[in-house]
Amino acid sequence: MSYDLVVIGSGPGGYEGAIRASQNGLKVAIVEREALGGICLNWGCIPAKALLKSAEVYDKLHHLEDYGLSASNPGYDFEKVIQRSRGVTKTMSGGVAYLMKKNKIDVIEGSAVLEPGKDSPKVVVTLKAGGTQTVEAKNVMLAVGARAREIPAIGAVSDGERIWTYRNALAPKSQPKSLIIIGSGAIGIEFASFYQALGTEVTVVEAMDRILPVEDHEVSAEALKAFKKRGINFRVGAKVTKIEKPAKGVAVHVEVAGKSEVLTAEGCIVAVGIVANTDGIGLEKLGVVMDRGHVKNDSHGKTNVKGLYAIGDCAGPPWLAHKASHEAVHAADYMAGRKLSNLNPPIPGCTYATPEVASVGITEQAAKEQKLDVKIGRFPFRANGRAVASSETLGFVKVIFEKKTGALLGAHMIGANVTEMVQGFCLAITMEATEEDLQGTVFPHPTMSEAILEASLDADGRVINT
Amino acid sequence: MTDILMPALSPTMEEGILAKWHVKVGDTVSAGDVIAEIETDKATMEVEAVDEGTIEAILIEAGTEGVKVNTPIARLAGEGGSAAPAPQKAAEPAKAEAPKAEVAPVAAPAPVSAPAASSGARVAASPLARRLAEINKLDLKLLKGTGPHGRVIKRDIEEALKTGVGKAGSAPAAAAASEPRKVQSLEQLGIAPGSYDLVPLDGMRKVIARRLTDSFRDIPHFPLTIDIEIDNLLAARAKINTALESQGVKVSVNDIVIKAVALALKQVPEANASFTPEGIAMHHNADIAMAVAIDGGLITPIIRKAETKSLAQIAKETKDLAGRARDRKLKPEEFQGGTFSVSNLGMFGIKQFASIINEPQGCILSVGAGEQRPVVKGGQLAVATVMTVTLTCDHRVVDGSIGAKYITALKDLLQDPIKMLA
Repeated sequence: MSYDLVVIGSGPGGYEGAIRASQNGLKVAIVEREALGGICLNWGCIPAKALLKSAEVYDKLHHLEDYGLSASNPGYDFEKVIQRSRGVTKTMSGGVAYLMKKNKIDVIEGSAVLEPGKDSPKVVVTLKAGGTQTVEAKNVMLAVGARAREIPAIGAVSDGERIWTYRNALAPKSQPKSLIIIGSGAIGIEFASFYQALGTEVTVVEAMDRILPVEDHEVSAEALKAFKKRGINFRVGAKVTKIEKPAKGVAVHVEVAGKSEVLTAEGCIVAVGIVANTDGIGLEKLGVVMDRGHVKNDSHGKTNVKGLYAIGDCAGPPWLAHKASHEAVHAADYMAGRKLSNLNPPIPGCTYATPEVASVGITEQAAKEQKLDVKIGRFPFRANGRAVASSETLGFVKVIFEKKTGALLGAHMIGANVTEMVQGFCLAITMEATEEDLQGTVFPHPTMSEAILEASLDADGRVINT
Repeated sequence: MTDILMPALSPTMEEGILAKWHVKVGDTVSAGDVIAEIETDKATMEVEAVDEGTIEAILIEAGTEGVKVNTPIARLAGEGGSAAPAPQKAAEPAKAEAPKAEVAPVAAPAPVSAPAASSGARVAASPLARRLAEINKLDLKLLKGTGPHGRVIKRDIEEALKTGVGKAGSAPAAAAASEPRKVQSLEQLGIAPGSYDLVPLDGMRKVIARRLTDSFRDIPHFPLTIDIEIDNLLAARAKINTALESQGVKVSVNDIVIKAVALALKQVPEANASFTPEGIAMHHNADIAMAVAIDGGLITPIIRKAETKSLAQIAKETKDLAGRARDRKLKPEEFQGGTFSVSNLGMFGIKQFASIINEPQGCILSVGAGEQRPVVKGGQLAVATVMTVTLTCDHRVVDGSIGAKYITALKDLLQDPIKMLA
């Protein structure tokens, strides 16, 4: 069987790219070694959000008096919380199977290895069901994703028992009483938020000088304050030198400001970034050009090898599902010769903790480094009617415009619902809005989104409600 | 079923007028048949069928202006394809717009072309692009949008700033849809309606209006005038023509002027130059554009590398080019890209005039009539055949002294044509 496109990996990049290619009239196959939907649906975004929803609702139960409500003995069943999350992934993965069928995409279950071919690499699949199958296609799209980075030198290697990666943390056998989380990026912070909400004693260790280091420094500071208030412990600017497994639990050796400290807990989660799944799939033999462990691709996803595309996590940061989907769909249009809008939209980033964090575009520091002359507006949710009415007054919106052109450069938000609000900024940047456009837009009242309008006005010193 | 697309008649052509259809729905055509005429700024070209089949639909009506290159203009039903459709059925959707297939094709490598030229004055541009255009004094109308639906976005502005296209008032690289200056209506100016006939602006008239307005307004230009005695030249011409008589070639004064102009450009290469935002382009060859009056306007066919050609060769070429120019049969490459222009109104008895710079050329020479005039020679009054020429210079490229140096070199060659052999 010969295809126009074979996609390797069915995560949110691979399966969406496959569907678009099929829509474009290409004959498509997709190879998946584990479960349709990849990490995102099965071991990432989706199950994590299911857990976090449980945590958020449970957290609310402890603040019922804020709303004039009461309940006696709010409780939870850890096993059921996990079960619910697994159920959600099963539903979503089933949805992908349906979409593959609907779009007449052949699903090949097995592990793929690439071999040199004439016009494009050959794909040799070791089938789950046994045996091998060689798939030939005009184009091959690598959508193999990434996995948690482990650091054997310091003992940061998952054992599935006491030392976890996100995978273990999403479906543990039981709830640990205490956890050390190494890394305060989105993944580390989300697990900290979840486990702490259910009563686990959590300590987050971050090597950089602030948590959520990719976010704007004001957001990092506000997040640190909020999470500390919730009861999460932090060691910031702390370098992990060794993870040991004593008789019970873990001992994490850290160095903070030149001083050594040993943190102990029942378990720890290693959340210190990812490595691309580019090993053992034949890339060396094909002579694929790599860039710091990732496949090097161009703006259409093409690699240096004829007929080979790479998209998503395996092709470089940011390691986010929506970035993978965007690249894959673009590549699928490109290879079908479709007209491309060629927009270069910014990739938003979200952390679904309580409070939520969301941002798009550049930070204030980045603007400084790029020597851009900017004007910055801020608006706190405590001055927003809807936020006060909802007892969700924590956080703010911060927006950055270029002074001369009014170009919207970046937006940074922390607070309730901000992950659902950031899309307004995404659209605005993609459409090349200026401060005037945001200031002249009518926002519905009362909503938390009015903070976007007010922050935009604040950039010109014309804020109304503070 | 094949779509016939609007062809590009030259590398820079972006749109044109679909002037005329030679076929109608239901006609059978075979490869090479002339099916339509396309009018661009300067030329009318025939479109030939590439495939054979039956015209299933005319998608763009005759007389439609601003048809973008690659827009489907007609649909051809191939032999053995869908049988020739009932004409009335196919004729129905044959409106100028929306040549979109009803059913989305599954395999679609066909580029989705942008909608045809918008009629309104508003240019689709992102807010940021508008702001940047304002700051940088760019005319959005002159820019090509690469955003969704042809919207001008930031990237297009950055590109324009890099290439220098779109400066408000500058001539666009290709014939972009720059509108003529808004003027008061004739009625407002006191000319009664009905007291005149209105001749619609055709493509050529619009281009003349736009290019020359832009040139006259934006280029700092100045004229240099000099008298040239051409008795020697006339004598030489008579001898040359006697020699060439057997070949049936007749050299005109203008042909000799073209040759001298080219040779003088080799002597003063600074005058064979074009202004660009990146620098002064010093042309390697003297490609001499000669203004030819044609019905409804003028056109400037080019004698390429005139400095290398014999007078007989130049005479043959000018005759051929002028003839085909009048028939509007010139190919775009035959009238685009000269480095220096010559305009001659001597045959009308015009004594002296100053032409408008033909962008991007640095100079244009205006040649007046050769006539007997009194001249002073060694304190004595004498009679000589004198021709007055005027060099209009783009001061950004050619300063007064260079212009003077050039026109003197030209005079030297024309007064003593034997020097052209040197």
